[in-house]
Amino acid sequence: MNAEVRAIKTPAEQGLADSFAGARGRLPGKGAVAALREDAFKRFDASGLPHRRVEQWKYTDLRALMRESYPLAALPDAAAKLRAKNAGNVLTGVDCRRLVFVDGAFAPELSDLVPEAGLAIGSMADALAKGDPLVAAHVGKTIATDDAALALNTALMGDGAAIRIAAGVTLKRPVHLVFASGSDKPSSAFIRSLIVVEKGAKATVIESHDSGVAQVNTALELAVGDEAQADYFKITQTRALHVSSLLASIGSRAVFNSFAFTSDAHIVRNQSFIRFAGEDSKGAIRGVNLLRGKEHVDNTLLIEHAAGGCDSREQFKSVLDGQSHNVFQGKIVVQPQAQKTNAKMMTRALLLSDEAEADNKPELEIFADDVICGHGATAGALDPGLKFYLMSRGIHEKEAEALLIQAFIDETIEEIAHEGIRDALKFAALRWLGSRS
Amino acid sequence: MLLEIKNLHVEVEDKKILNGLTLTVEKGQVAAIMGPNGSGKSTLAYVLAGKDNYKVTEGDALLDGESILDMAPDVRATKGVFLAFQYPVEVPGVATMTFLRTALNAQRKTRGEAEFSTPDFMKLVRDTAGHLGVSQEMLRRAVNVGFSGGEKKRNEILQMAILQPRLAVLDETDSGLDIDALKIVAEGVNRLRSPERSMIVITHYQRLLEFIVPDVVHVMAKGKVVKSGGKELALELEAKGYAQYADEAA
Repeated sequence: MNAEVRAIKTPAEQGLADSFAGARGRLPGKGAVAALREDAFKRFDASGLPHRRVEQWKYTDLRALMRESYPLAALPDAAAKLRAKNAGNVLTGVDCRRLVFVDGAFAPELSDLVPEAGLAIGSMADALAKGDPLVAAHVGKTIATDDAALALNTALMGDGAAIRIAAGVTLKRPVHLVFASGSDKPSSAFIRSLIVVEKGAKATVIESHDSGVAQVNTALELAVGDEAQADYFKITQTRALHVSSLLASIGSRAVFNSFAFTSDAHIVRNQSFIRFAGEDSKGAIRGVNLLRGKEHVDNTLLIEHAAGGCDSREQFKSVLDGQSHNVFQGKIVVQPQAQKTNAKMMTRALLLSDEAEADNKPELEIFADDVICGHGATAGALDPGLKFYLMSRGIHEKEAEALLIQAFIDETIEEIAHEGIRDALKFAALRWLGSRS
Repeated sequence: MLLEIKNLHVEVEDKKILNGLTLTVEKGQVAAIMGPNGSGKSTLAYVLAGKDNYKVTEGDALLDGESILDMAPDVRATKGVFLAFQYPVEVPGVATMTFLRTALNAQRKTRGEAEFSTPDFMKLVRDTAGHLGVSQEMLRRAVNVGFSGGEKKRNEILQMAILQPRLAVLDETDSGLDIDALKIVAEGVNRLRSPERSMIVITHYQRLLEFIVPDVVHVMAKGKVVKSGGKELALELEAKGYAQYADEAA
């Protein structure tokens, strides 16, 4: 049914089509890249913005949520860069290499480009324009998916980071990709990044997004080589309509940890497509979401165990206040050849308000017979017995709630191995709790 | 007097539990409340501490002449009311030290007193915990999580010792304790006896009162006090049981 050619476009879809028509000539990349864009746009155009009848988007109806499409962001001027300067300060105090992107465009003058052996940093727009072989080898090829939001990103991808960590190299500092908005007008950005962690290399990468009113469609392709380790964090604190796709392919005997922290958001969709392509790897995919007001946060995972002997842990926690809406969809697919897979998924929602809504949808699809897989989901309010106990000791109601909420969140944040990032996220959660009135 | 309860009627889920309970506790007095199961002893404890879902339909409870029944539990605590729970709850993820410090400083702040500095607080807790056999390891753990029954009760007394209430209500603090644990807890309580502090010791059994000797004993049946007397009343109850009071309350 969805394959039918749709005669009527929504204003947002029409706007996106106009953006593509207007920009296709000047978007970076010729030849194969241009063909990739055309093909991707055709696929997007055929399906339109994902909506509630598309299973994976049932709870985040982008067609309904996106009333109009904002014009593509112009290249940032000096004023825009100035406005972006303090972005990503959630990690102040953590010694990171900051790479700053303003409205999606790489800002080298705001970035820390001190050379480090084995680390190559570039702008995706440059790499696409130059036909960089690393980008040519990976972009659009990390994970196969027909997701329409990703297709739209591929069609309109502008800039982002292109990073390679050479085989055997352990990065000295985490790399912090700071995505900031500088434009003072509503605009849209289509960000595409690539990180290749070669065999035996180790890297910690943080991606943070904070921006004003905007539409952001960002995608990261992450290739984790054999025996490599990638620790990936995504911190999203943005008033934008924000759609993010992580496409990660994990080699053999590798380690992949991801952590998504979202607070003070507007509409956020984090979709992660993670494929355990090599044997005996380990992965932990975690997240914490703090919601209030009418905020909407969706974490959707598709974890594919395509090779045997891999362990994956998925753990997401959400705290919902006001009339907020949290969505967790987690699907673990175990392919026939992926024997000895061990996968456990858990999602818990803490509802602070009767009007908040949490949709938890864990799924397992298992085609192998020698596996251990499990999932669980809970949604509930704070335990009144615990609250009374704390209050009976003189602790004010809000503070008692804060202690209990913090305990709920910290259980997941405590799993972060990097002390500085762990503390920064604990502090971010505390700040969120402190601003509850 | 410190506490004055006048003709208190309380319902829980439309069931009448307290039926005109009247009781006064003098300043510095240790009052034992004894009575059979279902006589309303624990309800009295919860009503004084301010638990939800306890509906007061008539009467009042005054602390220093001020009604406490409309106050939130934390406000009562700040005014000096402390309940040692019969079943202390486990609070996963909240370290005992954090809990104690948050509670103490919240009370002090509300009363307009200076908050404890971390070193002063650590010293206070160490000294107090030592007396009660509460280890440093227990203090680092989450509140009551994985504690034995005896450890939970000792933790209650530790909180009481740190918070220094004016009115402590001990709800069956002896339940689930063996004789050694009972002695430690009772010693902890006795150390806190003072002319400035009143206590209500709720128990089924006379045994606890051998260790915490009350100034006065009240017998509750069917939601009210049916008899009051000296400490010898506890012995009489132990010998004759509660059956004799079944009719008096009716």
